Amino acid sequence: MANQLEIKNLYASIEGGEPILKGVNLVVPKGQVHAIMGPNGAGKSTLGKIIAGDPSYTIEKGEILVDGENILEMEPDERARKGLFLAFQYPVEVPGVTNANFLRLALQAKKGGEVGVMEFYNKLQKALEVLEWDESILTRYLNDGFSGGEKKRNEILQLMVLEPTYAIMDETDSGLDIDALKVVAKGVNAMRGPDFGALVITHYQRLLNYIVPDVVHVMVDGRIVTSGGPELALKLEAEGYEWVKELVVAGS
Amino acid sequence: MSDNFDVATIGSEYKYGFVDEVKPVFKAEKGLSRRVVEAISYHKGEPQWMLDFRLKALEIFESKPMPKWGGDLAGLNLDEIYFYAKPTDKRDARSWDEVPEEIRQTYERLGIPEAERKVLAGVGAQYDSEMVYHQVKEELQRLGVIFVSIEEGLKHHEDLFREYFATVIPPEDNKFAALNSAVWSGGSFVYVPKGVKVDLPLQAYFRVNTAELGQFERTIIVVDEGAEMHYIEGCTAPTYSTDSFHSGVIEIIVKEGAKSRYTTIQNWSHNMYNLVTQRALVHKDAYHMWLDGNLGSKLTMKYPSSYLIEEGARSDILSIAFAGSGQHQDAGGKLIFAASNTGGSIVSKSISKGSGRSSYRGLIKVYEGAKNVKVNVECDALLIDEESRTDTYPYMEIEDDTASVGHEATVSRLNDEQIFYLQSRGLPEDEAAALIVRGFIEPVAKELPLEYAVELNRLIELEMEGSVG
Repeated sequence: MANQLEIKNLYASIEGGEPILKGVNLVVPKGQVHAIMGPNGAGKSTLGKIIAGDPSYTIEKGEILVDGENILEMEPDERARKGLFLAFQYPVEVPGVTNANFLRLALQAKKGGEVGVMEFYNKLQKALEVLEWDESILTRYLNDGFSGGEKKRNEILQLMVLEPTYAIMDETDSGLDIDALKVVAKGVNAMRGPDFGALVITHYQRLLNYIVPDVVHVMVDGRIVTSGGPELALKLEAEGYEWVKELVVAGS
Repeated sequence: MSDNFDVATIGSEYKYGFVDEVKPVFKAEKGLSRRVVEAISYHKGEPQWMLDFRLKALEIFESKPMPKWGGDLAGLNLDEIYFYAKPTDKRDARSWDEVPEEIRQTYERLGIPEAERKVLAGVGAQYDSEMVYHQVKEELQRLGVIFVSIEEGLKHHEDLFREYFATVIPPEDNKFAALNSAVWSGGSFVYVPKGVKVDLPLQAYFRVNTAELGQFERTIIVVDEGAEMHYIEGCTAPTYSTDSFHSGVIEIIVKEGAKSRYTTIQNWSHNMYNLVTQRALVHKDAYHMWLDGNLGSKLTMKYPSSYLIEEGARSDILSIAFAGSGQHQDAGGKLIFAASNTGGSIVSKSISKGSGRSSYRGLIKVYEGAKNVKVNVECDALLIDEESRTDTYPYMEIEDDTASVGHEATVSRLNDEQIFYLQSRGLPEDEAAALIVRGFIEPVAKELPLEYAVELNRLIELEMEGSVG
C-alpha cells in the first residue's frame, strides 16, 4: 500500500542472540501519529532501530514497507532518503563536526543535490524558533558535550530540518523535564500534517498529553498485543501493564 | 562544502602521480661520493668554504650508523639514488613565463600560480634539485623581506647566510642532517626584517619528477624582532615503482617578540622515503607554531622541534598523520625548554588505515633551572579497521620540579554507532566515515588556511573511499 509505513510479521534477534521481535504487525498511515507503549524489554526500541536499519540486528522474517516498497535490504542511508527518520533514544556524539555542517550535509544527501544557503538558513531559523533555541547551537559540535535534554532537542531540530515522511521517536521523552518535554512536543506537532506520519515510542503516558496520538499500540514480549485510541494510554497509566501481559498469555 | 563529495574524484587515488617529459640538463652519477658532492658545489658556483663544509659533512655522514629506531630503512638503498638533478640552467625565475614550458605546466596543474595570485605573499617552486621560480610581492621586497632560493641567499646575502647557516642544525646532529649538509640543493632563504608583518603566507612547493632522485632542500628562515611570518611547504611526486628519497633540513630563528608559523602539507607519492629535520630557536617572548601534515610517502620520520631558549618563549606543535596501506608515518614533535616562564603544547592526531601504521614519537625536555614551564601533550590515534596499527613513544625528561606537564593519549576505532547515526540521517557509509575522520582532525585542521583545509578534506574523503563496510 502506498502512503503508509507497514510492518508485516516481523521477527528479529540481536546478532547471534535471543529473538526480540516475534511477529510484529503494524500500520502507520501518512498523516497519523501512532504511539507504541509497553513494559521494559518488550522490544519497542529494537523495533525503532530495526526500521532505521541498525546492522546489529538480524531479521529472521517479515517485511517493512515504506509506501509499499520493502526496505529491509536497504542501507540505513537509503532508508533515510526514502523518507524515514529515527529520533534516537541515545543520540550519538560526533566531535569536530559542527551541527550546521552536519545538518547541511544531511539535507543535501536527502535531497540528492546542493541546498541553497538561504533555503537552508530559513529552515534552520524556523526550527530554532519553534524549539526556543539559540543559534549558537549550530556552531557546536554534533551532540558533543550536550546535556541529555539538549541531545533530545537536537534530534527534533534534525527532524524539522530533514522533514521526513515517517518519523520514529524512540523514548524522546526520557530524561526530559516538563518544560523540555513541551518544547520537544511542540517540534513534533509542528511537523504534523497530511504528509507526515510518526511512531512515538514511549514508556510513559506523560508525553502523549502533549503529542496526542491517533492510535495507541501496546507491545509486550515482541508483539503488538492490543491497539486503541488515546484512552488506551490513560488506562495503561492508571492500571499498569499487568492486564496486557495477561492478554499475551491468553493469546499464546 | 558542495565539492566535498564529488563522486567524480572518488577512487582516482593519488592525483599528483603524473610524470613530466622533462630531462634534466645535468644529473650527477648514481650514488653518493666525494665526486658527487664536488659536482653539486661546482654546478652552484659556490665559495670554497661551502665546499669544505659539504665535504666535512660527508665524512660525518659516513661515520654515523643508520638509525635503528623509527621506521624500516632497509629498503632505502643510497647507491640507487641520484643525489642531484638540475632541471634547467635558469634558477629563480622571477616570472612564470621564464620557467620552461613543461615545468610551468606542472605547477599550473598543481594550481600554484593561481594560488600565488590569490592567497599568497610569495612562492618558491623547487623542481627536482633546484628552485626554478621564486617571487615575492613587490611591497614586501620594498620592506626588506628576502624570499629567495637558498643558493641566491648564499650568493647575494652571504654575511646574513653565514650568520645562521647550520647554527640551528649542525651536520653532527644526526645522520640525515649530515647527509643534507653534504648534498643540499634548493630550499628557501627567508629573512623578515624587524617589525615587518607578512600577512599572507609564503609558500614553497617541492616537486620531484626524476625517478630515483633524492631531494635535499635546505631552508633558513629568520624572523627578526617583532616580525611575523607564515611559511607553507607542499610536496608531491610522481608514482614510480622504484623508491625516491627526500631529506630536508629546515632551520628557523624566531627573534624577540616575533611570531612565526611553519605549515607542511606533505603529500608525497607512496614510493618516497621522507626523512626531515626541522628545528626552531625561539627567543624572548617569541612564538613559533609547527603545523605538520603528513599524508603521503612510504615512510616519514619527522619530528619538528622547538628550542625555547629565552624567557617567555612559546611554541605549539600540531601534527596530523594519515597512514594508508603500505605507509608508515613516524611523526610527532619535540619541545625543549631551556628558559623560565616558557610554555607550549603538542597536539597529535593520527589515522591509520589498512596495513598503515602511524607512530607518535615525541620529546618534552625541561632543563634544570628552567622555572615555571607549562607544557601539554595530547596524542589521539584513530584506527579505521582491524588491520591498522598505531604506537606511541612519548619521552619526558623533566629536570625541574616547578614544571607543569600534562599528557593525554587516546586510541579509538572508527565507531559503528557513529556511522549508523550519520547513515540514519542519509549520509552513505563512506561519507559518514570521512565525516567522522574530519571531525577527529578538526582541532588541528582548523588552524590551516582555508584552501589547505579543503584540500585536506578532499584527500581524506579519497582515502576513506571503500575503507569501511
